[in-house]
Amino acid sequence: MSKQFTKLAYSSVDDMIYGSCPNPVTTRNGLVIGGGEIYPEVNFTLPPMHITKDTMPEVLSIYQEMIHGVLKKVHELHAPGLVVEFETLPDMTEHPEWGIQIHKLLRDTMSDYEAKYGLKSAIRMTPNDIREMSRPPIMRSGKYWEAMVKTFEGSAKDGADFLSIESTGGKEINDEAIVNADLRTSVFALGCLAPRDMAWLWTNISDIARANGAISGGDSACGFANTAMVLAEQGFIPKVYAAIMRTITTPRALAAIENGAVGPSKDCAYENIYLKAITGTPISSEGKTAACAHFSPIGNISAAVADLWSNESVQQVKLLSGFAPVVSTEQLIYDCRLMNVATRKGQTKLMRDLLVESDCYLDPQAYVLRPDVAFEIGKEIVKTQDPFIRTLNTAKLTLDIIKKAVDKKELVIEERELNWLDILESQLDEIPEDEEAFIAEMKKEVDSSKYNPSEYGI
Amino acid sequence: MDFEELSLAVQKGKAKQVRELVNQGVEEGISIEKILNEGLIDSMAVVGENFKQNKIYVPEMLVAARAMSAGLSILEPLLTATGVKPIGKIVIGTVRGDLHDIGKNLVAMMMKGMGATVYDLGIDVPDVAFVEKAEEVGADIVCISALLTTTMPAIGDVITEFEKAGVRNKYHIMVGGAPVNQAFADSIGANKYTSNAADAAEVAKAYLESKYSN
Repeated sequence: MSKQFTKLAYSSVDDMIYGSCPNPVTTRNGLVIGGGEIYPEVNFTLPPMHITKDTMPEVLSIYQEMIHGVLKKVHELHAPGLVVEFETLPDMTEHPEWGIQIHKLLRDTMSDYEAKYGLKSAIRMTPNDIREMSRPPIMRSGKYWEAMVKTFEGSAKDGADFLSIESTGGKEINDEAIVNADLRTSVFALGCLAPRDMAWLWTNISDIARANGAISGGDSACGFANTAMVLAEQGFIPKVYAAIMRTITTPRALAAIENGAVGPSKDCAYENIYLKAITGTPISSEGKTAACAHFSPIGNISAAVADLWSNESVQQVKLLSGFAPVVSTEQLIYDCRLMNVATRKGQTKLMRDLLVESDCYLDPQAYVLRPDVAFEIGKEIVKTQDPFIRTLNTAKLTLDIIKKAVDKKELVIEERELNWLDILESQLDEIPEDEEAFIAEMKKEVDSSKYNPSEYGI
Repeated sequence: MDFEELSLAVQKGKAKQVRELVNQGVEEGISIEKILNEGLIDSMAVVGENFKQNKIYVPEMLVAARAMSAGLSILEPLLTATGVKPIGKIVIGTVRGDLHDIGKNLVAMMMKGMGATVYDLGIDVPDVAFVEKAEEVGADIVCISALLTTTMPAIGDVITEFEKAGVRNKYHIMVGGAPVNQAFADSIGANKYTSNAADAAEVAKAYLESKYSN
């Protein structure tokens, strides 16, 4: 562990705003993330098609069309900067040469636009975590991990600005926990397994970034908390469980920063607000303008302290106005433009608070993203350096915060949620505060065919 | 045995009590089919209805399903002995190259709850494996799932495998997953698309009832 966090990065919650942070990050071409302005981060993906050696020319042609459309729109609308995220699809990571080739095409086109029009842009390279293709996952060796390393290294050598990932350590047991709203197993996955994997993974990614002049960006607990959010949105699991899932991904996320990542953390990591409060690193976020990819109850509040504002991902499909990635780009630019003008008029905090208040009373998942709540949770997390205790205490504190908000009638939750506050509390009460004892219990409880404890060093 | 008591035990997920009541029913000589249909399946139908009316969540349904399974495990050998058949057989899986299984698992769970025998092939399933399993078990329905736009075309490839084997018309093929819609289902020759697990179970049940009532 290279860094430890024992206090928050801010002395006042009023100072935690969008577009700026205590530890901004500067790219090779001088784009500063978190240095005062919020920039759009655009992500796009292929329409339904096979990815094979034979279809690669078509794949490249579609990516070329997408990046040209996006950059042209950014130029036309005078956006002061842009981040493009290229998130590989499984086939592209399994065949690193494909992912690297697409990244190079995007990077080169972005450089051309900078040379021609002075358009400053940066690219985030996000290989998907294919280690879970082995069941149970093999986390620290093997062909899948080697392919990921090649993808990171190849793209970093070709000029990737930020290296990121949505890593999956612990997900193999958390998936079932989510559909059962089983907080005990989620605490095991996120408090015991995931931080161990994150520490190892981000040490490696940061080494690759350092060796190749790239920036070690950050992670996302997408496969954990966003899966819970989407299932809650569909009415499958309680929203209060999803809200707790959100906050308890923070100790896991912190492990990336402790082991070399400097931001900007990933767009779909809504836990980024806690990360920003603790580490002061820049963050990306997404909300209403990511409805092209998924719905959420946090469309505005998620922008409140963002440094990059993203669309998550959109397919290259034609809409009435044009192709969807270009549509997303325009929407993001207007969102950012408004927020940056508010900043120039000295109204950043007002804008932040409007974004917060428009969502926070209507859903527990929005309530826990309030900056004041983020501060409270952040303060709890930095009390200890033990990821398991951080996770357990965050779960307890979040439950307490939600209960108090419900009692004060500050937060609206459905009737069927109320019962779950007690169920989740009793689940937490049964978790011992000694990690070793807890791991011993969980080794007996969790289906051993689903994960390999030795891959996590337990 | 009190059927109302059994129903409440299933709904509340009290597996031990369900086992005790089912055993009691068997000992009292109540017909196995009646315990299955009026005791277990009807109780799960109430659970499904409560879910549809937003009264409960999936975890509560899963607890109920586990309780039902506890009762079913007592009845299954007796059902085989008496020649009672399940309401249908369903093969389900996520296509090759795709590792997502939460939605697929929910569909499988709900279909089990309605009394079908479900053969879950898991994730990253080779195209031909769907055909082989369907043929092996004499399935009625094949459910194919994909979450990614780039794995979605593999659903069509699975259907092509059924066509190549000359058995396409033997099976009702249902498809689902985030990027899938009815137009896509139509374009690849699937029989039905459903957007969520509850609808999938309902559509499957209606199909099986219609198939076996004729």
